[in-house]
Amino acid sequence: MIEQQIVNGLMLGSVYALVAVAFTLAIGVLNFLNFSIPGLFMVAGMLTWFLLRAGIPWPLAALLAIASGGLLALLVERFTYRLMSRSEHFVPLVTSMAFLILFENLVLIVWGSDLQRVPLPFESVSFKLGPTVVAVPQLAGLGCAVLAVALLDLVLKKTRIGRGLRTIAEDAEVAIMLGVGVGRVVPVVFLVGGLFTALSGFLFALNYQQASPFMGEEIALKGISAMVVGGMGNIWGAILGGLLIGVVETFSIHLFGARAVDISVYGLLLAILFVRPTGLLGGAVRQARV
Amino acid sequence: MSGYLESVLVLLAINIILAYAAFLPMVAGQLNLGVAAFVAIGAYSAGYLSNSFGLHPVSAALMAVAMAALTGWLVAFPILRTRGIYLALATFALNQVVQGTILNLNVVGGASGYPVPAHIGFPVVAAFSLAVIVLVFLAFRTRFGISVTAVSDDERVADLMGLSVRGVQSAAFTAGAALAGLAGALYAHHFNYIEAQNYGVLFSIYIVLYVLLGGTQTVYGPLLGAAVFTLLPELLRGSAAWRYVIFACLIIAIMSLRPQGVILKRAWFSK
Repeated sequence: MIEQQIVNGLMLGSVYALVAVAFTLAIGVLNFLNFSIPGLFMVAGMLTWFLLRAGIPWPLAALLAIASGGLLALLVERFTYRLMSRSEHFVPLVTSMAFLILFENLVLIVWGSDLQRVPLPFESVSFKLGPTVVAVPQLAGLGCAVLAVALLDLVLKKTRIGRGLRTIAEDAEVAIMLGVGVGRVVPVVFLVGGLFTALSGFLFALNYQQASPFMGEEIALKGISAMVVGGMGNIWGAILGGLLIGVVETFSIHLFGARAVDISVYGLLLAILFVRPTGLLGGAVRQARV
Repeated sequence: MSGYLESVLVLLAINIILAYAAFLPMVAGQLNLGVAAFVAIGAYSAGYLSNSFGLHPVSAALMAVAMAALTGWLVAFPILRTRGIYLALATFALNQVVQGTILNLNVVGGASGYPVPAHIGFPVVAAFSLAVIVLVFLAFRTRFGISVTAVSDDERVADLMGLSVRGVQSAAFTAGAALAGLAGALYAHHFNYIEAQNYGVLFSIYIVLYVLLGGTQTVYGPLLGAAVFTLLPELLRGSAAWRYVIFACLIIAIMSLRPQGVILKRAWFSK
């Protein structure tokens, strides 16, 4: 029974982890809490539902849903970070919140507010590991999450653009002086964040077979918690935090019922913020501005 | 006065109080994403006091303000240890915890909502709202206003000048919490029904957005923001979703063109 809870928690956590990676990239490199991420997550989830219902083969549906995240993220970048240099520091945060409201309500107008049932493109398969049931799509989701982050980690460490990103994260002014093309690198952060978010939206829609215009809010808020718990700006921390939050959530449903989830998850977030604001894997506190 | 006009004006009055609830911590440099938590605390404690103890709704509202202020003052100690984005996240987490707690409190109806039969009419709500406006305007004419601005401009210099930085920050946070509690109490007693589901972090975000729409450089900003946010959707007919689409586009446009908000600083405020 406990093993089953842990497995369920890890599966749920892998969705949070991907969203947390998107948040942590924006915070770590750009010092920007991107509140449009729940919107991107939701658009990808709703697109998955729409395309699969229309009978589009699932690999194509996946591709389109994930691409939507990248495109919308680039749109958000136009109106947020690009304006940051010549305005108050809170402007990108505010604009990204406005984008969340915009995306949610546009989807609401187009597809209505109902909770939609996502049709499964393939037979649900699961296998037993001793007494524990493991669903293959969920396992594939977790695998995708870890693989994507490993790839990202490699890019950050080994490539030219990765070095540029890390320089901007240290100090944007110095990065400009060293000849990093900030104007070219920053959209990449948004693009990657958008793709990660959309991937997790797609995985969520498939794993839980549901989508609604508000599906992003709860997931993204848990993603933010995962990011903080793991340590802001640290992508492996985001994975660790996501899995941890997933496990805490399933255990708290198991022990105290569904309505206690918010108290335990966000209580954990508050405790971490007060006691160790750098999170589990974080370094020194950065004086991040809002 | 028609019922429709009255309910719009009541919402306007309450939204003005909410705007100042978010404005006060914001001018002290704190982005409070947990305003809705204090609204919920105000609404539920006022409702509980008038339902269970038969208190007059106005005195219940005042007690609720005290309750929200006390909670704000207490949580300000740990919350103000955090800075910048961490503070915004801590207030957001607080919002979720408070909402989650109320959803689990069966004495106040839990997830099924909480009816509050005792009624507060429009004139009383309007009077409270006016009082709040006057108080905030007066406060920003005094030393307090200058201190708050000084602390948010540069904490270190404010500290060197002998200001109690922590005191000012805590005062701004607590005052914001008290106003949020007032707004909640008035809402509960005017509309006679409250639901904890409505007091989530998205509600806090909306409040913050309309304050920023008006601008935080002057005390007029929140007033304008609240007025635009309340009245514009009423003027624009159509579904609620379209109203929010327009609101969101407006925010994006204003932030791109005039990021300090609509109303800018005049000389009297800065000196």
